[in-house]
Amino acid sequence: MKRLALAAALVVLATLPLWVSGTYYVNIASQILFYAIFALGVNVLAGYGGLVSLGHAGLFGIAAYTGAKILTSGHGHLVTDVGALAVTVLAAAVFAVLALRGTGLGFVMITVALGQIVWGVAYRWISLTNGDNGITITGRPSPFGLVLTTPRGFYWATLVVFLLALASMAIFVASPLGAAVRGTRDQPRRMNALGYHVWMIRFVAFLFSGFWTGVAGLLYLYYNQFVSPQAVALTASAEALLMVISGGTGTLLGPIVGAGLVVVIKNVASAYIERWNFVLGAIFVLIVVFMPDGLVPGVTRLARRAMAAVRRPAPAAVAAARGPVGR
Amino acid sequence: MTALAVRGLDKSFGGLRVTSDVTLAVEPGERRLIIGPNGAGKTTLFNLITGELRPDRGAITLFGDDITRMPGRRRAHLGVARTYQIITLFPNDTLLRNVTLSLLGLTRMRWNPFVRLDRQEALITRARDVLARVGLAHLAERPLGQTAYGERRRVEIAMALAQNPRVLLLDEPFAGLSIEERRDVLALVGGIPRDVTVVMIEHDMDVALDFAERITVLHFGEVVVEGTRAEVVAHPRTREIYLGE
Repeated sequence: MKRLALAAALVVLATLPLWVSGTYYVNIASQILFYAIFALGVNVLAGYGGLVSLGHAGLFGIAAYTGAKILTSGHGHLVTDVGALAVTVLAAAVFAVLALRGTGLGFVMITVALGQIVWGVAYRWISLTNGDNGITITGRPSPFGLVLTTPRGFYWATLVVFLLALASMAIFVASPLGAAVRGTRDQPRRMNALGYHVWMIRFVAFLFSGFWTGVAGLLYLYYNQFVSPQAVALTASAEALLMVISGGTGTLLGPIVGAGLVVVIKNVASAYIERWNFVLGAIFVLIVVFMPDGLVPGVTRLARRAMAAVRRPAPAAVAAARGPVGR
Repeated sequence: MTALAVRGLDKSFGGLRVTSDVTLAVEPGERRLIIGPNGAGKTTLFNLITGELRPDRGAITLFGDDITRMPGRRRAHLGVARTYQIITLFPNDTLLRNVTLSLLGLTRMRWNPFVRLDRQEALITRARDVLARVGLAHLAERPLGQTAYGERRRVEIAMALAQNPRVLLLDEPFAGLSIEERRDVLALVGGIPRDVTVVMIEHDMDVALDFAERITVLHFGEVVVEGTRAEVVAHPRTREIYLGE
């Protein structure tokens, strides 16, 4: 049943550009996929590690800016991608060393500060980042001779990267190290007493999270052919976190659903309503009120309850079948 | 060689001296009871021994090795295990996963991000054996959050036993248990093999006295009385502290 659903989802995703009419929607699907990778990266820390980061757009932006800088200085795509990811993971290591001095609110505040430093550099260090004007690149890589310049080609390439990200998450979560990460979220004291290196486990989780955030940042750069301080802003960090929370923290599917929700509302609702942020906010309020643990766990629970109700005859029918009982 | 030796240990929180020049030596295989009124510094002493707190002064040795400055996680690898007075377990996980995490903590596999933990049959079989030892094999697949308090107390002990410790520190293992449950836990603790040195903090004198060979009485962070069961019970200071005479 689960395998069947997975296979069906894969077929739908792989053939999507063939039956969706218009490049506009194919492009939206690509956006959903790379934002989903971003959200999955944030979820490693926020969901499994219990460490809420509000500075991940900083890492996302470092990947995009580094990629843009290397590419515009005349290097090839392989150098660009490897370089950008290496710099991002290194930046994640620095972020981690500073932010892991605290947990809870302390961690949140340090990540906010780090994200804002990156934003400040993007916005103000004009000789490096071209400030508010951003950096424009031309061209996308063509791995194995594939054409990524068409919306369809880019979608399929993004899909492959997305599936790799998802697979790596699934393996990580089920692994001993993944269990240890969740353990440090639930009982850090006990984990330490059991012989686990709590700080190092969180550090490794941060690097893993940073890596996929960097991959998402690079895809963002290639998709837009442009990066500006907007990508690094605090609102971008908050948006990624909202994707995770609305979809369901600490689940594999949640961040993907959340990314889909945010991207669709941003693109579709903004076509009809000027104040589309209002719509997004209202939907988040509804999710938090009715499904506080997110859409995926919430819908799963509703579905389970509905299934149980279907299997069990309705209470009225049971009463009728039993016949009149005194009173 | 002494299993666990504490010499001249001091610890203050601000102006409050919670551990004051504490010295004690526990022999291998010994059953030691630590008693004392609330706030006597019993749990703080455990936290110092396990490395959750750093002492201001003094030394702690484990079978002759100085562990005073060693991080808590490394002490676990050297054979120090503890239970918590306030249940400190993984509420969303099953009992089996709780104990598996305890076993995993001492293996190198804990860093492995590639294999599936639920396929590690050797580890999981050992976890089931430990659960059977504390009489919880039938609840192995149940999430901890759906078990009774008395069962969680036994999981606490199972977590520590799983690590095959050389020195086991039990922090009020009978806290909040009914009389029958206390008997079960006492039998469990009594069944711990003699190669394990056991130090137990307990309020309940009736249960705990049967268990101990030597007793240390703490009061306001200081060792007031130490000796055999008979000596300590007969000591005027014990009576004074416990009965307010």
